[in-house]
Amino acid sequence: MSKSTFYTSVGYKILMALSGLFLMLFLAQHLTINLLSVISAEAFNEASHFMGTNPLVQFLLQPVLMFAVVFHFVMGFVLELKNRNARTTDYAFKNPSTSSSWMSRNMIISGITVLAFLALHFIDFWIPEINTKYIVGDMSGLMADGSFRYFHELQHEFQSLPRVIAYVLAFGFLSLHLLHGFKSSFQSVGLTNGKKRVTLHKFGNVFAIAVPLGFVFIALFHFLTQSH
Amino acid sequence: MNLKLKIWRQKDANDKGSMVDYEIQNVSEHMSFLEMLDVLNEELIDKGIEPIAFDHDCREGICGMCSLYINGEAHGPDRRVTTCQLHMRKFKDGDTIYIEPFRANAFPVVKDLVVDRSAFDRIQHAGGYISVNTSGNTQDANAIPIPKDNADLAFDAATCIGCGACVASCKNSSAMLYVSAKVSQFALLPQGQVEAKDRVLNMVNKMDEEGFGNCTNTGACEVQCPKGISLDNISRMNREFLSANITKG
Ligand code: HEM
Ligand code: SF4
Ligand code: FES
Repeated sequence: MSKSTFYTSVGYKILMALSGLFLMLFLAQHLTINLLSVISAEAFNEASHFMGTNPLVQFLLQPVLMFAVVFHFVMGFVLELKNRNARTTDYAFKNPSTSSSWMSRNMIISGITVLAFLALHFIDFWIPEINTKYIVGDMSGLMADGSFRYFHELQHEFQSLPRVIAYVLAFGFLSLHLLHGFKSSFQSVGLTNGKKRVTLHKFGNVFAIAVPLGFVFIALFHFLTQSH
Repeated sequence: MNLKLKIWRQKDANDKGSMVDYEIQNVSEHMSFLEMLDVLNEELIDKGIEPIAFDHDCREGICGMCSLYINGEAHGPDRRVTTCQLHMRKFKDGDTIYIEPFRANAFPVVKDLVVDRSAFDRIQHAGGYISVNTSGNTQDANAIPIPKDNADLAFDAATCIGCGACVASCKNSSAMLYVSAKVSQFALLPQGQVEAKDRVLNMVNKMDEEGFGNCTNTGACEVQCPKGISLDNISRMNREFLSANITKG
């Protein structure tokens, strides 16, 4: 592959799409495990412990995920700036809703909202997790009473109403992001054509609504099933 | 009908420019948009005011010369027509109409509503052609069998008139729809294969060099294109680009 491949507009598009596709796969996987918490605390604990201690997940998938997230939002900002600079004198009268969706025009806004949520999520889960496992060095995943801590931590998180509200809002914006992002990523890598496009768009819309809705359901479920 | 017009006036490329208000009376609904501007210009000349400069040539939707961003839409509110084919019956008595040049840094304003779209020509020069011997012993094109579906798709892509409405209506000022049409019309035909890889690489590079923005697949271009050039062409160009890069090494 030539050195300049990805330093072009089409190259950036393809990389943006690949990182977005990877993030969507990650979301689907994350949702599957979280859904276990509604069905059985035990199954959720088992799955979390596996993901949290498996070396392949920890030292391959996790770094790839970190890279994809950082790459995706940094490139998102870079492209947004470049695109703004491609028209420095703007129109006096604009009527964009006649030809494109709000979602497609405001990926940066939905993206920033998701980014804010990711920061919160990091502080809530990821930093304590890394601290326990790699700083304190406790890989057991157990609490003082000898049971797994994961389900307990999850329940604790969803006790707080402000957290649940932030959660619901963020996933609302994620849904908007994906209502454009899903189909857009397939278009970027050159996989949409004619009839295939229509089917893919329908599937994309289902994904973009169902996946965030799944996360919202889990948050509400745990909030409502706990005593306050 | 009587109309209020807000029109971009700019003396030359270096002038700052501004929107100027005009009024026009007794416009016939059968007039084309450009005829309406012709009438306005006659009136301005009578009053000793410099007429408004705008681009046009064929006035039948084939040359791609007319432009104009009318009430927030490239080529105005109608679909699948150029500004020269737009009729005044699309407007109502008393309407205010904003008329602006196609805007993108890659399309600098020359004067009033006239913009310099030669960036498109330079992209074409970078690869939008096939090298054939035209010395008189050229093979009959019909001697090469081409699947009907491909011939139709190539023809659809070839109907792009290079007007630049796609760039004007894109929030990113991206030229992807135009370039993808010019890549696709050859990518689908055997005659285009010989230079296919260099074509897509060179044209994409030139497009970037000219300062067009990055596509984010909003799809505004497809809606505003007077020739209905499909987004499928962009998808095809991305495929061509990726495979050209991988196989050329
Ligand atoms: C889990 C989180 C996220 C997922 C699953 C996701 C997914 C996607 C997908 C699939 C696309 C379409 C790519 C394409 O057009 O080819 C996209 C585009 C975009 N994303 Fe994200 N994204 C996420 C987080 C973020 C964050 C945190 C930002 C931060 C600003 C962001 C900013 C953008 C922007 C600006 C675009 C449009 C860029 C373009 O199309 O060129 N995204 N995203
Ligand atoms: S793709 Fe459509 S809008 Fe763009 S230059 Fe060609 S004809 Fe004009
Ligand atoms: S003047 Fe030729 S297309 Fe409008």
